[in-house]
This record gives sequence, structure tokens and C-alpha cells, in this order.
Amino acid sequence: MGLLSSSLAITRYRVEGTLPSPLMDAVRDGLKKYRIQDIDNEPSDKAVGWTAWESPFVPAFEGDSFTVGAYFVFSLRIDKKMIPPKIIKKQLTVEIARRMADTDRTHLSRNEKQEIRENILHALSLRIPATPHVYELIWHPTDAWLWFFSNQKAANEELETLFTKTFKTTLIRLFPYTIADLDAGLSPAQRDLLSGLSPTRFKE
Amino acid sequence: MLDVSVSYDRYRFLGNEFLTWLWHAIEKDQRLLSTIDPEMAALEVGNRMVLENHAHEAPEVVTIKGDDAGLEEAMMALRKGAMVAEMNLHYRSGDHQWRFNLKGESLGVAGLKPPDTGAVESQEEIEGALLERVYLCERVTALMDALYRHFIHLRVSDNWEKETVPILKDWIHSV
Repeated sequence: MGLLSSSLAITRYRVEGTLPSPLMDAVRDGLKKYRIQDIDNEPSDKAVGWTAWESPFVPAFEGDSFTVGAYFVFSLRIDKKMIPPKIIKKQLTVEIARRMADTDRTHLSRNEKQEIRENILHALSLRIPATPHVYELIWHPTDAWLWFFSNQKAANEELETLFTKTFKTTLIRLFPYTIADLDAGLSPAQRDLLSGLSPTRFKE
Repeated sequence: MLDVSVSYDRYRFLGNEFLTWLWHAIEKDQRLLSTIDPEMAALEVGNRMVLENHAHEAPEVVTIKGDDAGLEEAMMALRKGAMVAEMNLHYRSGDHQWRFNLKGESLGVAGLKPPDTGAVESQEEIEGALLERVYLCERVTALMDALYRHFIHLRVSDNWEKETVPILKDWIHSV
């Protein structure tokens, strides 16, 4: 779901920290450094990186292609290889039987089975293409906010990790407590009261 | 500030209390809502509401959905100690209408359907369409921020226990 979809999900963040100057160059360099890497025909089973908003499968960040008005707009891409467990089980069973027949044994050690499993996963990872998942985001650097167009926990966690690694700044997720503490205009005394709150009971 | 994951869990009740307070305001205090957002034509509960009761060891969840669904069961759940955990809202301002789901624990927006802005037919139109989309989404986030700001100032004040809680209890238990 992205900005121009008919239905959107939004997780909001505050961006904390100072970005290097000039900002445009720093963001472009960061996006290029951590752009998504193709893992098809590679043994890796997962890749996480940035990609371009308008061309998520051809990640390029030339010029000001990642800006729209006062915003930075780009996407997080998570590529995962989904190997069906039944395929792994089938190949594991066949290979264990073959190994036992070749060595004239009735069972294999746990380490041997583990080694066979790893070899099978390695071979399958080279053959199975990764499924891409693209999540758009929009970042207003002047007002230090960012919207991520997904509520999926795993995608949000990947965003928070990669954003910090790329831009050396912190994303603070906005939820009831952080909105109250950071963005609601409470005085220091009210913020103290906030931290001492406990649930209200409306039941009689 | 507290660690983010600790504060998320410890204060998740704030979001559910906010949605419960908001439902009451929608039903009984539209004037307050108009004061908070003078551009509001209407704010209504939509076709889905989820309530959670954490009074027992295993939380009870009640889901009400459907365009013709009544909210009697939701009110019954409130009487048993539940809070609104998720609510579908319809917001109107001028000729525009927004529909979205708001989840209490995160205040995350999901299923947001902003007003239709027409099809994008050329590459040149994409940037304009995107900026318009951002503006339309900001109307919803600004509305939620204004409502939540009002709620949280009330929540940390003496008036919460003295006035608001009795009013909400009357509403919940008088039907």
C-alpha cells in the first residue's frame, strides 16, 4: 500500500538527530550506500535496502529523483526467498536415505543431518528467486517527521534499523505515549503526571 | 523519556481510553468536536469497532462489523469493563469524506480512504497527485492530533476523575 493507493496504512515517526550538510547530498549518498542488493542467484535468503519510489525494481537515486516538493520520497524494499517447508523436507528425506545407503548405516548423527540440511538450503537459495516487498515512505526533513506506509511490525522494525544505520539519526515511533510526551504540548509538570497514569475503570 | 518498547506496553491503555472517550464525544458532544476542528462537518463511527476487556487473565475481544450493525453489543462490552481498541471513523469536511480505522494501542491509521482525486494519466501528474494525497492524509493526522491533544490534556488534569469519568460512566450505564 503506497501513497497513491486507494487505501493506505500509515505509521508515523519523529526524526531525531542532526543530518550532515548539505542535506540533499547526505541523503542521496545514504540511499545509494544502502540501496537494495539483488540476491537472485546468491545464497542469501533475505535482503533489506532502499529503492526508488517510482521504480522500485530499478533502484536509482540520481539528482533529486527522490524529492517531491519539500519531501523526500523513497521506499524500503525487503526481498525474501520463501522456500516451501515441504520441498525442504522432501529433499532432506531423500538425501538422508541416500547418505545412509552409500555408507551402509541405519542412522546419521545430528551434525550430519544439520550439514545436509544446510547444503540443501544453500542449493535451493541459489535456485529460488526472492519475493520483493516494497513499502513507501515520505519524509519531511524540515519538520522532522516521517510517514511509513505500513503497519506491519516486521517492516517497521526493518525501517527503524536501516534508517538509523543509513542516516545516523533515530526514528521515534509515534504512539499514544510518545505523542503525549513529545507532541502534545504538555508542560514538565503535566509530563510527570503522564508518567504516573494508570488505567481508568468505567465499570461500576 | 522512557524506553520506547517499555512505554508502548505500559501506556497502551491511553489509546483505548482515547477511543472510548472519542466514541462518547461523537455520540454526545459534537459541539466539543466542532470546537476542536472548526472545519469538521461530521465525525461518525463507521462500520467496525473492536473492544478489549483486560480485566481477566485472558483478554476478551468483541468485534462488531457491518454497515447495518448496531452498537448495542459494544455498549454491553463497555458495561462489563471493556474499552474501545479499534474504531472505523468517517470524517467529513466541506465536500470531502475520509474513512479510516484507528487502532488504540498504536494510534496507527489503517484502511485510510481519502477523497478521490481522479486518475493520474501522465508522469507529469504524479508529483501533483502525490502532494495532494499528502495534504489529504494530513487532514486526518491533524484531526487525530488535535483530538488526542485535547484528550491527553484532559487526562492529566483533575477534571478527568472529577467530571469526565462520571459523565462517561453515566453514558455507559444509563442505556
